[in-house]
Amino acid sequence: MATDSQLATWEVFMQAKPGANYIHAGSVHASDKKMALQNARDTYTRRGEGTSIWVVPTDAIVASNPEDSDMFFDPANDKVYRHPTFYVMPEGAKAI
Amino acid sequence: MIMTEQQALYTYALRLGDNALIQSYRLSEWCSNGPILEEDLALTNFALDMTGRAQALLTYAGQIEGKGQTDDDLAYRRGERSFYNQLIFELPNGDFAFTIARLLFTSTYEYFFFEQLQHSADKTLAAIAAKTLKEVKYHRAHATDWTLRLGDGTEQSHNRMQKAINELWMYTGELFATDETEGLLEDRNIAADLAPIREKWNNHINRILEEATMAIPVAGYMQSGGRKGIHSEHLGHILSEMQYLQRAYPDATW
Repeated sequence: MATDSQLATWEVFMQAKPGANYIHAGSVHASDKKMALQNARDTYTRRGEGTSIWVVPTDAIVASNPEDSDMFFDPANDKVYRHPTFYVMPEGAKAI
Repeated sequence: MIMTEQQALYTYALRLGDNALIQSYRLSEWCSNGPILEEDLALTNFALDMTGRAQALLTYAGQIEGKGQTDDDLAYRRGERSFYNQLIFELPNGDFAFTIARLLFTSTYEYFFFEQLQHSADKTLAAIAAKTLKEVKYHRAHATDWTLRLGDGTEQSHNRMQKAINELWMYTGELFATDETEGLLEDRNIAADLAPIREKWNNHINRILEEATMAIPVAGYMQSGGRKGIHSEHLGHILSEMQYLQRAYPDATW
């Protein structure tokens, strides 16, 4: 990654409402945990988007390599029996 | 002439509303000029908090006055001598250290102030105070963290922070000034009692400045005047820009 003059980057994960999954919102610059949390709050919750925030140093995230995508993802693509498509979704299970 | 409760309350609401409005104007000047994008957003977020507070207080002032003035009328059509914000809020932003030092002084003051005003006998002021308290708590945390970082940071950040604190010190006295307006309202449990707020402010500021390795300025001459409509040259410039549209095109809408 190219060096950036504006402090280290942190990835921001937001929870829209209690119990919901944390979803990646973007990233912020910060020099420490506390600043990362505040910057995430100021950058991503200005219009009432969230109830909780996680911040993770970008360095701490291990990402899959695009070159491995054949090996990683292809085997699942053509096997319809891997998908639970034959079940009826129970009513009220909105989070699924 | 003896001041009535209505007159005192009108002045009190204007003073608080003007503090918020002018402070919001100054912080919004950081828009696109922050040291990093995130800080740009933080400061302008605070400006929006303060605009909301100004709106509530000026609306209330208009209602107390009872002459049909709206929050917009009071914000955009009042002359400089009828603005009652304290001087510290109208000073130009200076560098980032200056803006942070001011925010530390003012948000600490506002935190303790609104903490007390939320128990006001005036229900509207109490409700505005309770809402504002949550906002200024965050402003104070942000300003405190930056004061520690800059004060106890590099030689340059330390020196800039110290310079800012020294320059701002003479404007902190006016935060605790009182006159017959506060006197009348305090007797009726409407206004916040500034004596305990001053003590809490001093304790908090001294502790933070010490932790930030800053020298605490010695008490000296204190500037005042804003609360009575006597301003520095800076407020006129703010108003000429802020009020331009309503002055040039009254009642303009789009």
